[in-house]
Amino acid sequence: MRFSNKEGITVVHAIIEEIVSNRDYLSKVDAAVGDGDHGINMSKGFNMADKEIAGSDLNMNEGFLVISKTLISKIGGSMGPLYGNFFRGLSVASKEKEMIDSSVILEMLKKAYSNITLITDASEGDKTLIDVLSPAITAYKINYKNDHSLPDCLNEMMAKAKEGLENTKNMTAKVGRGSRLGDRTLGHQDAGATSCYLILKAFSSSITKIVNAES
Amino acid sequence: MQRFINNPEFIVDDLIKGYVKAYKGFIEKSANNDRVVKRKNSPETGKVGIVTGGGSGHEPAFLGYVGENMVDAVAVGEVFASPPAEAFYDAILEADSGEGVACLFGNYAGDNMNVKMAIQMAEEEGVNVKFVTAKDDIASSPKETRHRRHGIAGGVYMWKAGGAKAALGGTLDDVIAVAQKAADNTRSICVGLSSCTIPAAGTPNFEIEEGMMEIGIGHHGEPGIRVEKLKSAAEIAAMMTDALLDDFAFDREQNIAVLLSGLGSTPKMELYVLYDAIEEVLKKQNHRVEVVLIGDYATSLDMNGISLSLMKLDNELKELLAYPAKTSGLTIIRS
Repeated sequence: MRFSNKEGITVVHAIIEEIVSNRDYLSKVDAAVGDGDHGINMSKGFNMADKEIAGSDLNMNEGFLVISKTLISKIGGSMGPLYGNFFRGLSVASKEKEMIDSSVILEMLKKAYSNITLITDASEGDKTLIDVLSPAITAYKINYKNDHSLPDCLNEMMAKAKEGLENTKNMTAKVGRGSRLGDRTLGHQDAGATSCYLILKAFSSSITKIVNAES
Repeated sequence: MQRFINNPEFIVDDLIKGYVKAYKGFIEKSANNDRVVKRKNSPETGKVGIVTGGGSGHEPAFLGYVGENMVDAVAVGEVFASPPAEAFYDAILEADSGEGVACLFGNYAGDNMNVKMAIQMAEEEGVNVKFVTAKDDIASSPKETRHRRHGIAGGVYMWKAGGAKAALGGTLDDVIAVAQKAADNTRSICVGLSSCTIPAAGTPNFEIEEGMMEIGIGHHGEPGIRVEKLKSAAEIAAMMTDALLDDFAFDREQNIAVLLSGLGSTPKMELYVLYDAIEEVLKKQNHRVEVVLIGDYATSLDMNGISLSLMKLDNELKELLAYPAKTSGLTIIRS
C-alpha cells in the first residue's frame, strides 16, 4: 500500500483543516492552565501556510516544508519552533521519495520526533505533546515491524495517541507555563498534546483514505 | 469585551504602526522584518548591541525600552506569545555593530527556544551573541528550581543596567556580567484582582471572584500560588514585600531599588497607596531605598493587579541605573 508524494498533498490540506477548524477548542483547552491562545496562534500559522500552498502545485514534502517555514518564521511561541521542527522532519524524510509507503512514513515520524527532541528537554510524563507523540510513534514502529498493513499501523498509532492524550489529564505539568501550577494542572488535558493528537489524527485518517481508495 | 481594537488578528501590526509613528524621532521599524523595532542609529559603531523581545500585551515592555542607552532592537511577538526565531535573528542583526550582541529576555519556554534558534542562525553569520534570562518572578517556581522562574517587570533593571554598560563602552562580556548581576539580584511577585482578555480570544483568560485576590499570578494570567480574600493595600503591600525579602534571605541590611508596576488597568493612585506600606516594611528592616520606579513598566493587557520588584544594589548597579536613558517606557535624566 503506497501513494505518490504528489497525491500526499491532501495529507497537508487535511492537517491544516483540522487545526483551523479546532481553533476555539484548542484555545479552550489551553485556557484551563495556560493563557488560552494556543488555538489562535496555531490556526493563524496554519492559515498562513494554507494561503501560501493554495494554487501552487506542491508535493506533500513541499507542503510540509511550507508549514514548517511559516511556523518558524511567523508564529513563534513555543509551538512555532516545536511544530516547525516537526514538520521539517516530515518533509526532510519524504523529500527524495516519489512514492510513500509504510517505511517512508516510519522514517518521517522518526525524523519529526527527533527534530522535536532537539529543542525541548521534555520527556514522557511531563504533560506535553511528547506524551502523545512518543507512544504513538512507538506503536507505529511495533506494528510496522510486525508487518501490519499501513492502515493498521496508523490505527494502532492513533489508539496510543488517544491514550497518551487522555493520560495528560493525570499528569502534573513539568515544563512550560503550566509548570507553575503544579497539582492544579491535574484533571486538565494538555493543549500541546491536544494539537499534536489532532495533527496525527488528520495525518492518519487522510493517508488511510488515500490508500483505501486505491486498493 | 469593551476594547479599542480594529481586527483583533492584526492588533500587533496595528500596535507597531502606531508606535513607530509616535516615536519616529528615535525609533523605526526594521526594513527586513515587520516584527522588529530598532533604534534609528543602531547599530552604533563600537557599541555592543542590546536585544530583547517577547510577546505583546506587556507594553511598555518590550518595545518601549528601545532607545538611547537601553535596548537597540526588539523582537515583537503575538499577544502573549514569543516572537519567532526569525524576528529575534533580525533584531540581533539590526543591533550588531561587530562588537557582539547581548540578548536579554524573560526565560519563557517559547522565548528560550526561539532565541536559541536565532543565536544559532546569527552565529552562522559570524555574529557573536550571548544571552541572559531574567528569572525574577518568585511565584513561577520554588527557590530550589530557580532556573525555571520567569522574568517579569524585573527585566527592566536588566535592560537598564546592560544598556548603560554597553553605552559606557563595555565589552560583550562586561555587558553580560552586569545584566546577569542585575537578574540575579532581582525578585518580583504579582497580585491580581481581575483577569485579562486576549483580544483575539474575546473572553477573559480566567476569573478572580469579587472580593478575592490571586497571589503570585503570572504575567499572562497563569493562575497564582494561592487565592485569598482581598485585604487592605497596606496588608497586601507588606505581604508582597515580605515574600520577596524571604526569598532573598538577606543576612544584613541592603541598598534596594523598588519597581512597582501596574498590570494594565490599575489606577496609578493605588500604586502610591501601596508604595507607602512597601517602604515602611523595608525601612523597618533597616534597608535603604535608593531607587524608586512607580508606574506601568510591564503590564498584562487589561489586568487589574500589580507587580513588585526589588533589586539588591551594589555601587555598580546603582550607577548604571542612574545613567541617563531615553526610551518611551523609561527616561532617566542626568542628575
